[in-house]
Amino acid sequence: MHSFGYRANALLTFAVTILAFICAIASFSDNFSNQAPSAQIQILNINWFQKQPHGNDEVSLTMNITADLQSLFTWNTKQVFAFVAAEYETSKNTLNQVSLWDAIIPEKEEANFWIQISNKYRFIDQGHNLRGKDFNLTLHWHVMPKTGKMFADKIVMSGYRLPNAYR
Amino acid sequence: MDWQGQKVVEQLMQILLVISGVVAVVVGYATESFRAMMLIYAGGVVLATLITVPNWPFYNHHPLKWLDPSEAEKHPKPQVVAKKRFSKK
Repeated sequence: MHSFGYRANALLTFAVTILAFICAIASFSDNFSNQAPSAQIQILNINWFQKQPHGNDEVSLTMNITADLQSLFTWNTKQVFAFVAAEYETSKNTLNQVSLWDAIIPEKEEANFWIQISNKYRFIDQGHNLRGKDFNLTLHWHVMPKTGKMFADKIVMSGYRLPNAYR
Repeated sequence: MDWQGQKVVEQLMQILLVISGVVAVVVGYATESFRAMMLIYAGGVVLATLITVPNWPFYNHHPLKWLDPSEAEKHPKPQVVAKKRFSKK
């Protein structure tokens, strides 16, 4: 501690170390938040259901997505990334997951929402297995922190079925 | 800055920074404001810098007692005797 530069350096280094500790504590505190999100998805209409020229099935649907993700936000949350995926099984793959819609929710107030849209991303199968197929619609979310660990989870909603014939 | 001052300054710096950190986390968590935590900590760092880095006069209250010049004359420094080279004849 015998010169200005020496003291300034020591202080700066220690300050940055403490900053790292603070951020770790902030991230750790996320483990104590009570999360109780809810969601519902309704398929309003199958717009069309065709076999593409390459032989793959494609579906277009209009969905009504309702969700309340407000309880996921903590003081250490920067944004929540949510997406809806259709999940089903085929003889070729045990699990097929096709992402149909996603959104970035930057604030708690926007996390309680209702939206009616057709699928943002195309629902295309690897093959032609979709006729009469039962599938789940799963709402996944990633809680992105300001600092530290990211948490991800999902709600699985089952009971959806595609028509038996192309239209 | 004298030795006593250096010791005090080092301890002060560590204590000030740790306390800023603790207060920042507690207030931030209680008010659910990440921004509050960062601002309080930044304020604490600036405060610690102002208190401990400049060479304030109150860190010099125990100056070193250098030896008095008259005392030094009574005990002269030993002279280094140059070694004589043995020249070959």
